This record gives sequence, structure tokens and C-alpha cells, in this order.
Amino acid sequence: MSTSNPSFRGFEAVIGIEVHVQLKTDSKIFSADATTFDSADNENTSPVSVGMPGTLPVLNKKAIEYAIKTGLALGCNVRKKSVFSRKNYFYPDLPKGYQISQYDEPICEKGSIQFEVEGKSKTVGITRAHLEEDAGKSTHFGQYTLINYNRAGIPLLEIVSEPEIHSPAEAAEYCRSIRSIVRYLEVCDGNLEEGSLRCDCNVSVRKVGETKFGTKVELKNINSFRFVEKAVEYEIHRQIDAIENKEKIVQETRLYDPDKNRTFTMRTKEDAQDYRYFPDPDLLPIIVTDAQLSQIKKELPELPLIRAARFVKDMQLSTHDAHLLTEERDLADYFEATGKACNNSKAAANWIITELLRELNDAKLSVSQSKVNAKNLADLIAEVDKGTISGKIAKTVFKEMWDSGSTPADIIKTKGLVQVSDPGEIEKIVADVLAANPDQVAEFKAGKDKVLGFFVGAIMKASKGKANPGLVNEILMKKLKE
Amino acid sequence: MSDSKFNKDVIQKIANLARLQLTPEQANEFSEQLSKIILHFDEISSINTEGVEPLITPSEIEYTLREDSVKQNFHAEEMVANAPDKQGNLFKVPPVV
Amino acid sequence: MDLLTASMSDTRKAIAEKKVSAAEVTKYFFARAEKLNPALNAFIKLNPDCLKQAESIDQKIAKGENVGVLAGIPFGIKDLLCTKGIETTAASKILTGFVPPYDSTVVARLKNAGATIVGKLNLDEFAMGSSNESSFHGVCKNPWNPEYVPGGSSGGSASAQAARLVMGTIGTDTGGSIRQPSSFCGVVGIKPTYGRVSRYGIVAFASSLDQAGPMVSTVQDAALTLEVIAGKDELDGTTSSRPVEAFSKNLSADMKGKKIGIVKEYHNSELVHPDIRKTYEQAIETLKGLGAEFVEVSIPLTKYAVSMYYLISASEASSNLARYDGVKYGYRSDFKDLSSLPLDEFYAQTRAEGFGKEVKRRIILGTFCLSSGYFDAYYNKACQVRRLLRNQYDEAFAKCDAIISPVTTTPQFKIGTRVYDPLKMYLNDIFTTSTNLAGLPGMSVPFGLTSDGFPIGIQLTGHHFQEQKILNVAYALEQNSPVKGKTPSVY
Repeated sequence: MSTSNPSFRGFEAVIGIEVHVQLKTDSKIFSADATTFDSADNENTSPVSVGMPGTLPVLNKKAIEYAIKTGLALGCNVRKKSVFSRKNYFYPDLPKGYQISQYDEPICEKGSIQFEVEGKSKTVGITRAHLEEDAGKSTHFGQYTLINYNRAGIPLLEIVSEPEIHSPAEAAEYCRSIRSIVRYLEVCDGNLEEGSLRCDCNVSVRKVGETKFGTKVELKNINSFRFVEKAVEYEIHRQIDAIENKEKIVQETRLYDPDKNRTFTMRTKEDAQDYRYFPDPDLLPIIVTDAQLSQIKKELPELPLIRAARFVKDMQLSTHDAHLLTEERDLADYFEATGKACNNSKAAANWIITELLRELNDAKLSVSQSKVNAKNLADLIAEVDKGTISGKIAKTVFKEMWDSGSTPADIIKTKGLVQVSDPGEIEKIVADVLAANPDQVAEFKAGKDKVLGFFVGAIMKASKGKANPGLVNEILMKKLKE
Repeated sequence: MSDSKFNKDVIQKIANLARLQLTPEQANEFSEQLSKIILHFDEISSINTEGVEPLITPSEIEYTLREDSVKQNFHAEEMVANAPDKQGNLFKVPPVV
Repeated sequence: MDLLTASMSDTRKAIAEKKVSAAEVTKYFFARAEKLNPALNAFIKLNPDCLKQAESIDQKIAKGENVGVLAGIPFGIKDLLCTKGIETTAASKILTGFVPPYDSTVVARLKNAGATIVGKLNLDEFAMGSSNESSFHGVCKNPWNPEYVPGGSSGGSASAQAARLVMGTIGTDTGGSIRQPSSFCGVVGIKPTYGRVSRYGIVAFASSLDQAGPMVSTVQDAALTLEVIAGKDELDGTTSSRPVEAFSKNLSADMKGKKIGIVKEYHNSELVHPDIRKTYEQAIETLKGLGAEFVEVSIPLTKYAVSMYYLISASEASSNLARYDGVKYGYRSDFKDLSSLPLDEFYAQTRAEGFGKEVKRRIILGTFCLSSGYFDAYYNKACQVRRLLRNQYDEAFAKCDAIISPVTTTPQFKIGTRVYDPLKMYLNDIFTTSTNLAGLPGMSVPFGLTSDGFPIGIQLTGHHFQEQKILNVAYALEQNSPVKGKTPSVY
């Protein structure tokens, strides 16, 4: 197996990733506090989330549903009975002195995820996905630290991969795919900057051919996929350097500094934590019935990879375009709606990829915020297909649609952009242009084909770009040969 | 109590885990007392419990879940009102590094 | 009416019929508590606001509005239950100054039924103890003889109730903490089935064992109070949604054909003090005389109950008490300078100063039992044997309606005379702890007197959610009790 994995200076990288997915429930996992991101200090708290004496967790139905959904999408086994355990440790952001998590009986286990890396298909096993509560947030001021428990108790699904990732690109793509899936399922908004998706990478290296794992280092606080790639890349080489310099690799947690593009030690794990896990007596085991499972299965959306394959097969898109269009569920929906309405999926794909995505990226908007809706884009494509406007004019119309939100029909009408396809009218323009440029006509007749472009430009200009280019060519040739 | 699982070094290690400062005298005392309790418990180890599912919740209670609805019954001021030290509506602790 | 002996329902009726005002009733008990508490130290804190609560009951009655079944009945609450706006300490230094912004569900339900809250009652620190001697607020005294302990951990509840400083009290029971002090002070106390009463807002000791229940003067009052506090609570996922029966209306002393279980393993136990044994035998005779049938049942694993209890309760406690860390509420060690303080020292010093010795001992034991390498041999093993114990009880209750036993092996003892001796502890708690482990309802009803003139209780244990059955047996015993009408010296 390892021979097929990328080699780094004679070493192989072994990477396992833990993705913490904040489930976007309205209330917290064990209390009715809000989960909104921008609330005032400690405003989203209650005696339960501040860990006041005697308060008890009561499990949020939706959190279970979302966990099951994600588990099924990752092909996991969903346990009929799973258990919440207490993970005991002291830290100021942990209000109860323990985190409610899952230990030996997680809700989802043994799945896998498939994705494309540099044109090749890659499958990574999912060890488990378990539910837990998020901790609060600490802000450090040197002399002291301040604690905000607004985040404490937000539901997290921790998705743990098998150590089957072997390159920085695979690591980043794995994380992207997880994000894409949880966004498809609408269980997480996938916002890395706000921390609603957090990727921790466990990286180790070993000599190619070696079967024993090297000492692993955990990389935390990586807030973009690009940084996942860079941090892992840096870490692989740092470890190889260390080995080559006969230094020992320490089991530790390191943070990535994007400004300096390097990782640095946060804490060493020499004193292995003893979390004293035990089943939380305040919570009954989670029971999942067959009926609930089949209901959720039924409601699962078509997932990105399957959808992309369908786009390739049914709509003859390139693999690259199909993946681009299926990364976000909204975009794929938009694409399908557009293609269906104008009966030209290929054109829809081109328009979306070249025009719409560029505008969206420039304006930092999501597809749902686009002023050009799927129906209007489909209408525009239909106008081109019908020959009402040229492809070139259509780009002008699109720009106008993007700025004003108007329909293509309105824009074409008010700006008088309908393509001129009346041969008589075009003949007249051609005749005028030829008459005005006798020298060039003479050149053409002397065998200089190059002047053709000059004539087409002048004719299009005279028609304000509206002349049907096909007809222009046809009539021009006829006239020149007269 | 030298052969005990609960010698005073173990007690100190456990006390660190539980974030409790103990004086050497206390550690000694606890070591003696708790060793007896553990010794007493060791009688149980002979009971065959193979395949027995541990009992946590002792009575039959119907599994119920909470609907995902927000109830914001408290304000930040009430949540920090009991804090030994605070700044604004945030809890204040020693620097965490 | 004589408020000193009146029942809750009679008093409530008199208030509703305006024969006496709720304010007068609460004032009477509040004054009594103020006067007698210095000698007993049953209350940690009195709540003068109870008079306002009483006045508002009277106003409702004047306006013809409906009032609850405990309208105007003054209660004392074990200081383990959170009370909104009233300091709640669990008798620990570490919770000093903590004023909860919420009521425990039990207190909310009492208030909702019209009860007034006279104050917060003393207990062993974090309910860990059986003599009330580990309280940060000092030992509480037994009203039958103030040189003696009231028992524990709900010692304040038992003491206040026996001295009638209130009409009713609430205690909690993790391994006998309602039943043992009820027995020592001659009051009626019931620990409901696990899941019958909400634990929300009750400072947690051992989550899979804790239950709150009434400690009151009569079986009738116990049944009524239990009706009010029991039932599903959306703030506690471990409460049962079973309907709560009308325990007080359904009370019946008819014992004809009732099957009472006698546990073979300790029926003739030499461990039991002769006075207690005499009372136990007398209770059996009395019930026989009333037509009850006796069956022998066998629960051999009870001999390990105390061991299991200590391990499981300490383990859960070690985790439950981790939240007392000087960050969010309560006590923090007086650090001069935070800026150079290592976090671990911040925790360890605060907790060392904030917890008493007994609590520390249990935290250490519990932390050990959960720690890596020991979990399977201790905590997990205890939980497995716990299931086997419950299975034995299930078999026993297939044959009987209730099991009768003593509450403790030894009677009341003098304050300060018990040195820490785990083995003695084991002997004392053998009858009570197995009830909690199996999640069963259990109660103590006064039935005898020691040669020193102290009351002694009899324990009745029922199957899950069969509180009515044990209340009925207790009701029958109560009516034939040799201690009926006997009152402690402070009266």
C-alpha cells in the first residue's frame, strides 16, 4: 500500500484528522440557550451552561438527528444505543470540570469518505463520529484571562478519520469534502473563521516501507483549508528534518502560524492526561429506532460526489466542472434549475463557471444572494440559443442583470439589443461599409484575406453589435465576390 | 500500608488529578483509611460479572428528548453575579497559557 | 387548632376557610424556628420573606382565587436544594455566598402549591455523612437530646421537623440520608424511586443515587408532599413520565392479604442493636396482627451494598464536585496576585481550602476508582454487581409488596464520639444503601423507643414506583405505633 503513497525525501506521511463540526441547532445540546454567534458576553448562557450547582443536561432532539444524518452520509453504522460519557479535566473554559462527550459507545462508527485529489479518487475511512458539547471561549490578556461561556454547550460532532491521509493536498481535500457534506446536509454552516468547523491534524512520518507509526504531533487552530495544506506540509518537513538531524520527535500539540508559515509548540503531552471517562448518569443512553433511521435515510439529499457523477454522465460536463458545481448544494441546485429551464445544461455550466462565479467571488456573495436568479440566467441562455442576441451581447446583458437584477427580456428590449437577422438590413449595412472602404476592397481582391476581419469589425460596429455574426459573414463574402 | 494500591504517593498523584492540595499528614491518613475501603471492596472481585451490563440508571425511565427551541430566561448579569472575580460580564481567572 | 400537632391538610383547610390566616401559621413557625434554632442549629439560614409569601396566599384566598394543596404550609428546605435569591451552600465553605438565580424543581413545585419557605436546613457537607457533623455551619442537634446527633446527612431536616420548627421539610437521600435521620429523630421520611422526583437544582452528590423526599410528621403529610414534588420535569431527563398517583387519598391501613418480605440474610442478624431488633420484631408482630402475610426473600448481594455504594457514590461525586473551582461562584482562595499564579495552584489551593475533610476523602476515593488502570476493577465492577443486586430485588418483589427491615444497625450516638472508621460505617448503612443502588423507594416510619427514650424507625422498601404500597404499610404501622404522640424534650 505505502508504495503508492507520495514520498517526501524518502519518508511517508501518515495523517489522521479530527474535524469538529458545530451543529447548527437553534439551542444548545443540553440546554435551551441560544447558539447565535455574535451575542454579547455571556448572554447565551443559563445556570446549565455555566455549570451551576444542581443543573442537569437535557438532550436536544435536533442534535441527535443531525449526528445521524451526517453519520449516514459518511456511510457509518449508527448505533441503536449510544452513551454519553464525562471527560473529566480542569480548565476555566470548561464550566463543569468535565465535558459531556462520547467515549466507547459513539453514535456513529466505521464509515468512509471519497473525494478527488489532483484528478485521482481517494477514499479515507471514518473511525467514528461522536457528539459532545463545545467549551467556552478564553481571551488572554497576559496578566489574566477572561471567560465567556456563550459557546459552552453548542453541539459538536467530532468526526475522526483513520490515519489514511498521506499528503498535504489530501489533508486539505479531506477537510473540504467534510465541509461540503455537512453543508449539503444543512447541519453546519462550515464557517472556519467563526470556528464552526475546526480541523485538527495528527501528523507523523516514517521511512518509506516502515510499518510502525512515527510519533504523532497534533496541529490545532487552523482556520482555512489552504492553511491545512501549508501547516501539514511544514510539519512533514519539520519532522523529517528532525529525524535526519537525529532529534527526537515529541508527542505534542502545535499551533500553526499563517504569517510565518510555521508550527510551534502549544503544549507537550508528556503527562498523559487521565480523563477518567465514565458514563454520565445524568443522561440516559441515546436510543435510535429503525423507523427513525429509515426516515432520516429517506430525507438525505443527493451527496456531492454522486451528484457530480450524475452531472458528468447525464449532462456531459467535464469532471472538473461537475466537481466545481457540486461543491455547494445551493450552487448545484442553481445549476440544475438553470439547465432544466433553458434545456441547455452545458451552456448553463459555462455561464455559471465563467460569469456567475466570478461575480460572486468578486462581491464575496453566496449563490443564494445573487441578483441573477436561475430562471433569469436560463432565459438569457435561451435568448442566445434562439438567436435573439449574440453571445457577445449576452455578456453585456448578463452584466446588466447582475447590476440591476432585471430580466434579460427587459434589458434586451429597453436597450434595443435584439440581434439583427434580417438579411436585407444586413445587406444594406454591408454595402455601406464596402462603399466607404474602396481601398480595402481592392486589397481583398488582390488576395489579402486579412482585411476580412476589418470588414466584420466595421459592420458590427455600424450595427452596434447587433448584427447576426453568421449572416454578416455569409453576406460579406457574397458581396465581396460579386 | 506499603503493599497497598493506595500508598501516599498514589494519593498525592490522585490529589493532583483532582486538583486538591494535601498535606503529607492528610495523604498518610487518607492512605490508611481508603486502603481499608478498597480492601473491603476487593471481596467483590470474586463475583462473576462476565457479560453483565453495568447498571447506571437503576429504574426504568422513558427516554425523552428536548425540542430544539430557545428559551433565554437569564441575563449575563445574573450568570456572573456570583463570580469571585469578573470584568464586565466575563469571568476573570489567572492567565491561562 | 393546635398548630404544633396539626396535619398539613387540616391546616390548609383552615386557611382556605379563613379560620386561621396563612400569615399567622407561617409567623407561628417562623417565631418558633427563631427561638429554638440556636439550641438545635437545624437551620443554616432563615428566610424572613416567608411572611410575604404567606400574605400573598391570604390575598389570593380573600380574592376567591384557587390556592394549591399546600397553601400556607411552612416548609424548611435542606440546604442542598437551590432556592432562588436565598444563599445555598450545601453546608460547604466552597459555596459560601452562592445565591442561585433559580429554584430547584422541588422548591418551585412546593412554592407553586402554596408552601412558604421558612429557611434552609443544615446537613453534612455536600450530604456526605450520617451525623451532620461535617457541616461547615456546625453540628446540628437531636431535639430528643441535644447531646446526640440527629443523624445525617439530612440532619437539619430531621431535627427541625422533630422539633416542629416547620410543618414539613425536604431532605435528600443518596445512601440513607433521609431514612437514617428520620429514624434518629422520630419523623416520617421517604426516599422515592429513582426518577420519581426531579433532581434539577439539587446540588449533586451522586447522580445515579440521589433523590429528594419529604421528612415530615405523619405518613399522611409525607404522601401529600410527595404528590406535590413528584413527576416528570423537563429540566431533568432522568425523571419518569409515569403519572403521579393521589398517594394521600389512596392511603389505606388495610393489611389483609398484603405480602411483606423479610430478608433472610439479615433477619436474625447479630449486628443489629437489641433495641432496634425488638422494634423490628414488634413491627412484624403488629402487621401480622393486622392480617399481613410474611414471605422470606433472599438478597444475598446486600452484603456488598455498602462497598458498591461507597465506590459508585464517591466516583460520581468526584466528577460532580469538579465544578467547584473558584471561577464562576462560591469560594476562591484569597490570592494576592493572579498574574503569576499557575492555574493548577489556583484550583488546588481553592479546593483544598473550600472542601472539608470528608468531602476530600471521597473525592480522592472517587478519582482513584475512575482513574486509568482502575476503572474496570472498581467503578465498572461495582456497576455490574449493582445490576445483579437489582435483579435480586426484582425477584424478591415478585413475591411481596414491600420489604420490612430496620433502618440502621445502631441507634443514635453522642456528638463527637464517632471516630472515622470505615468498617463501622459499613455495618451501619447496610439496610439503607442497597435501596439507592437498586433505585427503589424506601421509607422510615417511627415505631419504637430505645431504652434511652429515643425514637427508632422501621424501614419499608418497595419495588420501583410502588411508593403507594410502602406508604400504606407505614400508615398501618403509624396507627399502631408505640411512639405515637411522644414528643422530644424541646417541645
